[in-house]
Amino acid sequence: MSEQAAGHIQEVEFPSPGEILRRRTLAHKGFMIGAGVLCFLLLVALLAPALAPHDPYRQDLGNRLVDPIWHEKGTWAHPLGTDNLGRDYLSRLMYGARISLLIGVSAMILSGLIGVSLGIVAGYFGGRVDMVVSFLITTRLSMPVVLVALAVVALIGGSLNVIILVLGLLIWDRFAVVMRSSTQQIRSSDYISAAKAIGCSTPRILFTELMPNVLNNLIVVATLEIAHAVLLEAALSFLGMGVQPPLPSWGLMVSEGKEFMLFSPWIIMIPGFVLSLLVLSVNLMGDGIRDITAPEGRS
Amino acid sequence: MLAYTLKRFSLAVLVALTVSFVTFMLLRFSGDPAAALAGVNATPRQIEFVRVKYGMDRPVLIQYAAWARRALEGDFGESNYFNQPVQAIIGGRLSVTMTLGGCALAFAVLLGIPMGVLAAVRPNTWVDRVALTISVIGQAMPSFFFGLILIIVFGVMLRWLPISGSDSWRHFVLPSIALGYYATPAIMRLTRSGMLEVLASDYIRTAKAKGLRSGSVLFKHALRNAIIPVVSLLAVQFGFMLGGSLVIETIFAINGVGFLGYESISRADLPMVQAIVLLVSMFYVVLTFLADLFNAFLDPRIRVG
Repeated sequence: MSEQAAGHIQEVEFPSPGEILRRRTLAHKGFMIGAGVLCFLLLVALLAPALAPHDPYRQDLGNRLVDPIWHEKGTWAHPLGTDNLGRDYLSRLMYGARISLLIGVSAMILSGLIGVSLGIVAGYFGGRVDMVVSFLITTRLSMPVVLVALAVVALIGGSLNVIILVLGLLIWDRFAVVMRSSTQQIRSSDYISAAKAIGCSTPRILFTELMPNVLNNLIVVATLEIAHAVLLEAALSFLGMGVQPPLPSWGLMVSEGKEFMLFSPWIIMIPGFVLSLLVLSVNLMGDGIRDITAPEGRS
Repeated sequence: MLAYTLKRFSLAVLVALTVSFVTFMLLRFSGDPAAALAGVNATPRQIEFVRVKYGMDRPVLIQYAAWARRALEGDFGESNYFNQPVQAIIGGRLSVTMTLGGCALAFAVLLGIPMGVLAAVRPNTWVDRVALTISVIGQAMPSFFFGLILIIVFGVMLRWLPISGSDSWRHFVLPSIALGYYATPAIMRLTRSGMLEVLASDYIRTAKAKGLRSGSVLFKHALRNAIIPVVSLLAVQFGFMLGGSLVIETIFAINGVGFLGYESISRADLPMVQAIVLLVSMFYVVLTFLADLFNAFLDPRIRVG
């Protein structure tokens, strides 16, 4: 009887956890769109030297402010036109993707290292440690990011390293907040107690028991923080104190085009659009991962 | 309540002190303030003269202590650029920024709360989806880009509104939208989730069963309760807005604290930058303090816990 039942169950194929995850991922429209666009932008950034039709730095003063292809006077030589120094806009845009992604990802990693360590330590140990970390988070949140980042980057000088460092040191708060609360939630769960009972060392518990279980939340915050860093870099560069010319940062391109936007609106629309597209796709991906990995969404 | 208030208050004071210390150190170690003050063409000797004259040769902790003591008395030093007391210049600009922040907040509330309510009343319909789309796209667009689009569309193409300056109320319309738009997604989401929760509760069912009009149920019974967390969010968002107004004020050439901050950073006017960072932080600290008190006043569990 019981053998029969077991045999019966075996006939029905249960999808493996990996298979479920794959199906949920493919079924999530927002995630697929976000991931698709992001992969595309990533490819463009990586292959910029091969793809770019022109040298992004070469000025051609005879061909300034050439209209993009959808305008009457546009030419295929410069599909997205040229800027006020005659530099090919498409090429600058492609190289700009490198800057945005490089700063976004690096600043995310740096802020992640700071925020995750603080958050996990505070959540796991609680008590005084938690008090100190919570205080640090409150203090950090009280400081206006744009103002402080702008002032410090302006004083030191806007090189890529400085921007990454300053942003990374400023935007760890969400990592810390989320990791702290996720850790608190599972701190007193049975498997952590079990690990303690069999005498695992604290680092081992943190890395092998705790980390894998807060990883989903961590990935979500990490994607959102890339978007945050990209936006901040763009704002700093737009204000003229981030990435310095002649580097093609998208924020800087909007700023350089501002003077000409009344007659050629495309000059700010194009970099502004790709910037929004990048942030949108990263956000969609982050929201998607949250939906896909959320236990209550599992069917 | 008194114990809770005192605890929160001392925490706020401690945060304020730490912020002032961190900013002071950040600005001191990011560049040479004496060189900035002496000017680009100054010789090393001139820079040294300035350093000694303004006491910048002393240990940095002593400099901070001196600055903090004077700041507590309301004296933030003299601006390198205006050669006037920092607090006098900022005082003149503060009302502009507060007006902008207030209008932006009003815009965010008038857009965010009705959208959140609508989305909650009709969950998973096109209304909900439109609201969600607006919030997702809104969060993706950089504020300076959104501001420039507003300028091109409403200022230049349609010519409805002025695009720079702060002379009349009409000057505040576009910047308020540009600044307030960023707070709407958060307000909308919180209103939506709060409303969804409240609408599913027993007392709403009772109110409906009594035969009350749906409008009355929605606004008198449901919204009132759902909006409590939104109020404290507003305080936080207002604090963020004062910080974020730097970008918007710069685009629309509004003579507020944010624009002053931007200009002062360009001029390496450190006493001014220092005071503005502290001021914006203080607003945030005070607002969150008030929001905490407000929450504790409404919910006794917070006071005790």
